[in-house]
Amino acid sequence: MTDTLTPVLTNNWDAERAWTLASYEEHGGYAALDKAFAMAPDDVITAVKDSGLRGRGGAGFPTGMKWGFIPQDNPKPKYLVVNADESEPGTCKDIPLMMASPHTLVEGVIVSSYAIRAHTAFIYVRGEVLHVVRRLQRAVQEAYLAGHLGKNIHGSGYDLDLIVHTGAGAYICGEETALLEGLEGRRGQPRLRPPFPAVAGLYASPTVINNVESIASVPSIITNGAAWFAGMGTEKSNGYGIFSLSGHVANPGQYEAPLGITLRQLIDLAGGMREGHELKFWTPGGSSTPLLTPEHLDVPLDFESVGAAGSMLGTRALQLFDETTCVVRAVLRWTEFYKHESCGKCTPCREGTWWLTQTLAKLEKGEGSESDLDLLLDQCDNILGRSFCALGDGATSPISSSIQHFRDEYLAHLSHGGCPFDHAASTVFAPAGATA
Amino acid sequence: MTTTPERTEVDTVTLTIDGVQVSVPKDTLVIRAAEQVGVQIPRFCDHPLLDPVGACRQCLVDIPDAGNGRGFPKPQASCTLPVAEGMVVNTQATSEVADKAQQGVMEFLLINHPLDCPVCDKGGECPLQNQAMSNGRGESRFAEGGGVKRTFPKPINISAQVLLDRERCVLCARCTRFSEQVAGDPFIALAERGALQQVAIYEREPFESYFSGNTIQICPVGALTSADYRFRSRPFDLVSTPGVAEHDACGAAIRIDHRRGKVMRRLAGNEPEINEEWISDKDRFGFRYAQVEDRITYPQIREDGELRPASWTEAFAVAARGLRDAGAAAVLTGGRLTAEDAYAYAKFARVSLGTNDVDFRARPHSAEEASFLASHVALSGDVTYSDLEAAPVVVLLGLEPEDEAATIFLRLRKAARQGRTQVVSVAPWSSRGLTKMKGRLVPAAPGAEVEAIASLADAEHGVSKDAVILVGERLASTHGALSAAADLAARTGARLAWVPRRAGDRGAVEAGALPTLLPGGRPLAEASARVDVAAAWGTQSLPAKAGRDGNAIIAALAKGDLGGLVIGGVDPDDTADPAAFRAALDTAGFVVSLELRATDVTAVADVVLPVAPMTDKAGTFVTWDGRAREFDAVFTNPASLPDLRVLAGIADELAALGQGAPLGFRTVAEVRAEMQSLGPWDGGRPTLDAGKAPKAPRPSKGAGKAGSFALATWKQLIDLGSMQDGEAHLRATARPPVVRLNRAAYESVFGLLDDTEPGGSRLATVTGDRGSITLPVVVADLPDGVVWVPARSFGRGVLAELASPGSSVTVKGATT
Repeated sequence: MTDTLTPVLTNNWDAERAWTLASYEEHGGYAALDKAFAMAPDDVITAVKDSGLRGRGGAGFPTGMKWGFIPQDNPKPKYLVVNADESEPGTCKDIPLMMASPHTLVEGVIVSSYAIRAHTAFIYVRGEVLHVVRRLQRAVQEAYLAGHLGKNIHGSGYDLDLIVHTGAGAYICGEETALLEGLEGRRGQPRLRPPFPAVAGLYASPTVINNVESIASVPSIITNGAAWFAGMGTEKSNGYGIFSLSGHVANPGQYEAPLGITLRQLIDLAGGMREGHELKFWTPGGSSTPLLTPEHLDVPLDFESVGAAGSMLGTRALQLFDETTCVVRAVLRWTEFYKHESCGKCTPCREGTWWLTQTLAKLEKGEGSESDLDLLLDQCDNILGRSFCALGDGATSPISSSIQHFRDEYLAHLSHGGCPFDHAASTVFAPAGATA
Repeated sequence: MTTTPERTEVDTVTLTIDGVQVSVPKDTLVIRAAEQVGVQIPRFCDHPLLDPVGACRQCLVDIPDAGNGRGFPKPQASCTLPVAEGMVVNTQATSEVADKAQQGVMEFLLINHPLDCPVCDKGGECPLQNQAMSNGRGESRFAEGGGVKRTFPKPINISAQVLLDRERCVLCARCTRFSEQVAGDPFIALAERGALQQVAIYEREPFESYFSGNTIQICPVGALTSADYRFRSRPFDLVSTPGVAEHDACGAAIRIDHRRGKVMRRLAGNEPEINEEWISDKDRFGFRYAQVEDRITYPQIREDGELRPASWTEAFAVAARGLRDAGAAAVLTGGRLTAEDAYAYAKFARVSLGTNDVDFRARPHSAEEASFLASHVALSGDVTYSDLEAAPVVVLLGLEPEDEAATIFLRLRKAARQGRTQVVSVAPWSSRGLTKMKGRLVPAAPGAEVEAIASLADAEHGVSKDAVILVGERLASTHGALSAAADLAARTGARLAWVPRRAGDRGAVEAGALPTLLPGGRPLAEASARVDVAAAWGTQSLPAKAGRDGNAIIAALAKGDLGGLVIGGVDPDDTADPAAFRAALDTAGFVVSLELRATDVTAVADVVLPVAPMTDKAGTFVTWDGRAREFDAVFTNPASLPDLRVLAGIADELAALGQGAPLGFRTVAEVRAEMQSLGPWDGGRPTLDAGKAPKAPRPSKGAGKAGSFALATWKQLIDLGSMQDGEAHLRATARPPVVRLNRAAYESVFGLLDDTEPGGSRLATVTGDRGSITLPVVVADLPDGVVWVPARSFGRGVLAELASPGSSVTVKGATT
């Protein structure tokens, strides 16, 4: 465990025109290809398994194990699909990565596809980030022209086509089976599992779906070895990851560090909280992870420790809120997001988010009563674990965790007859010294 | 659940549900396994005939042990979870977790539901209402808290027949899944998201599916209603009687809901061996023909050229006298007859009129067909619906199941979707129905079917002994085609079945309503068969001379060889030559018409005798697969007599006049008993004799020249048929009539086809020897020199107003 930054994925971001092939190759880009092609595909899978790389999209499923689920005796084609539909409130690591160094991802796609014996790979990228889409498309084009993609890559006899597909603007398409539906041209709604994508995913063929950061990490594992990667991080959460600090922090941004770093260390690296303010609550990995408080500042940010603290590591989207922020208002905003993004397939999420929003809005206005908090928690109980996919679960996280930690603040809205906070004070343009 | 075609030993799995151990077949879903122990888990999206979706989450149960010693941490949807050995399931009956989960989902479902049950058609038979009572809470916390419901404008039409109330919809996706999976008509889909998600149509493709009514029936709330039934009655005021659909030869089970002597609606019955739980819209909505203004309700006699009311006794006496005085008389019937009625007509012809001049085929027919019916159809029954699903190949010859046998279509679509069955169709073009069955077309121009059928024996088509050949009645129009079909079956060992369009046709074959067949499939030519029947009927002997078929009867009437005619249920415009038929009616000395409604036949008949509609009599329809589908009368209406009772009345009067003998029955039960005791023929079956080819039809002007086409046609499911009268909303969902040409023909008439242009924007005039018709043109994969038009979708139809099928017509461009 080290407490310094370990720039790997972000290492070349400050290079001149880092997104170009020339710059990427200058920094040793695409070197992992030949090394991988010299290995048997199964050995590449073994290397990723040995590295202990766990899915960077939030769930933390071991990446190598996922690849190992692909039935290689299945005569259908195998597909690699990169989930680049980064839409979670607070989460902002994949899009900067693809913006700054799209070739890192492309190289990862090639090595990963080789490992699972896919000859077609897709990057499903959020459609709203047009600039990123263009950089990705250009990077793929450059890779084709340079012989990193296409037929007989680097003379290895291995063929791969990579297609950049843009989503049409739905949070649910970050859910892997909804993403596959979208990729196949259907409405983005999650599929029934089983069959799992590893058996019958895209076009009913064996499919690996990985997060951008997971795939982008693969070349470094091949280049530096599984042991190098496993040497970073904690016992069960190996390697490095991008920590995205946002909100009331002096220097928001991407901080690449080994898993297990604490928020206290990260805030120090980011120059502390906003001048004159202190941390009130934070999310460890996007809005779907139960929020935490300053008492959790020293929780190691790895899968196990954050889980033990009652939340989830998620996407390491650390949204920091200082004492000027009304937690009820923040939670209402998130809930409105989930209501807007609920795909409508299942009842608890569709109807539950509709109702939660109304109950929360009433509380924020100081209407309602203390029993509405119990009602909210009961609604959450009826959604959590009852909905079709994890979107519904995520919608309940901010509500139940905020009531757990800030019940008094909810009650203050009732006794105050509305929100007791000065909302202007929480804005980034608030005059210095503004207080709640 | 539907039974699988081949009952093999199935592996069973033993699990514990609510403390009760139960063994069920492997892969059974928990929700259905629970039914085995008597636990009804509430559900909305689940439907045993649709793919599981797990959307509504109403059926959540607690699984403390998934069979591997580990439980699921969260409640599971029992509609998507297969059973596992040793699994432990606790439903709402024993698990507080499951019960709370279900109550929670129910509460969510109701927050955006309008609760307009007092004015909702579904109120009283609504799964949401019922399950809200059994698995929901009494008060709404949403309403108490001042919650604001999502609202939509009240119902919108998604087709002329189906209306959608989006507020009531619980988004279970049963309707959309049915349309996509079962009917193959994905014209409705879910659109938008979150609570604003809704069933939607594409504005240029309304929900014009032949099976749309099923979505109304399986809707678990009142979101889908029919224009026909909406606001007509409440479920608790209705009385339900099971019935059999009378619109085709499929024998689909229906449920007839009626109130105070009037049918209010019809629903699909659950008959796994036949229609599963689906019926066509025609079977569902086509019942108002019996309620229309021109129903005949009392006997009438023509006096001084005008019909006047008469008593039954007078009418019987006048009919008998007239028939006796007219000289030789014949019997023509249509396809609406029950088997019992057909038997009565068959017996009446032989016993009372002393003739074999009886034919039920009120459509183009041939001597070859009569021989085929005697040799290959009567008494046969070795193909069933399940066989269609099990067969590797199903060959369709002159049969368009979606239009002509909707239940067969659904079964073949199901089979094709499961990937087990390859449908091969000898037809002029790839219809939408064929595409939905993933069928392969063996193109055949009208008249060229014989060669196409012969080519099916090639190995590439896979017609083996396990294959099934379905022969449609239209094949009779091409000489030699039925023989070719029989030959194909004989050569390959494939099983063959004849699929007529009408409900009564197969029963009429069995009942002997044919010039060469006696009841029970007895060949008239066999002396022992005649003796058999004569003994059963208590008559000295039966006429031995083969009778005239329908065409010959018409010709004989016109010529004066025949004087009298007893006719029931024949529409002149369905006959091979409507003009000749009408002329024959005019020439006939004496016509007795047994009819439901005023028709062109009753307009010239000398005696008109009203007969009972389906609802007023018991009966039997024999389906294409030889199944006797009995049904009871829905209403007891003593003034409404079935055909057989009317014929018995005339026979009695004729007997009193010294001609023939009484028929010996007056009720349906008596006829059934008589048919039962007569039993089927146990002697040898006659061999198929194709006979001589008929004289080539007179070539119409310009045949063989450019612009001349062979006419292909069949009747669309929903068209201008008289049994769809009285239900405008149904008729409005009919596929609009179009002319179909192949691309080359289209371009030769209209110039280059603009592929970007939506179909049907140009008009063509098709002209035959009986008239011409102008309709929009659509391009299809027809062979060269063939044009297709629907048979009964305009005016009086193809036979009356265009030309005989297979004959030569011309096609010209037309302007509006």
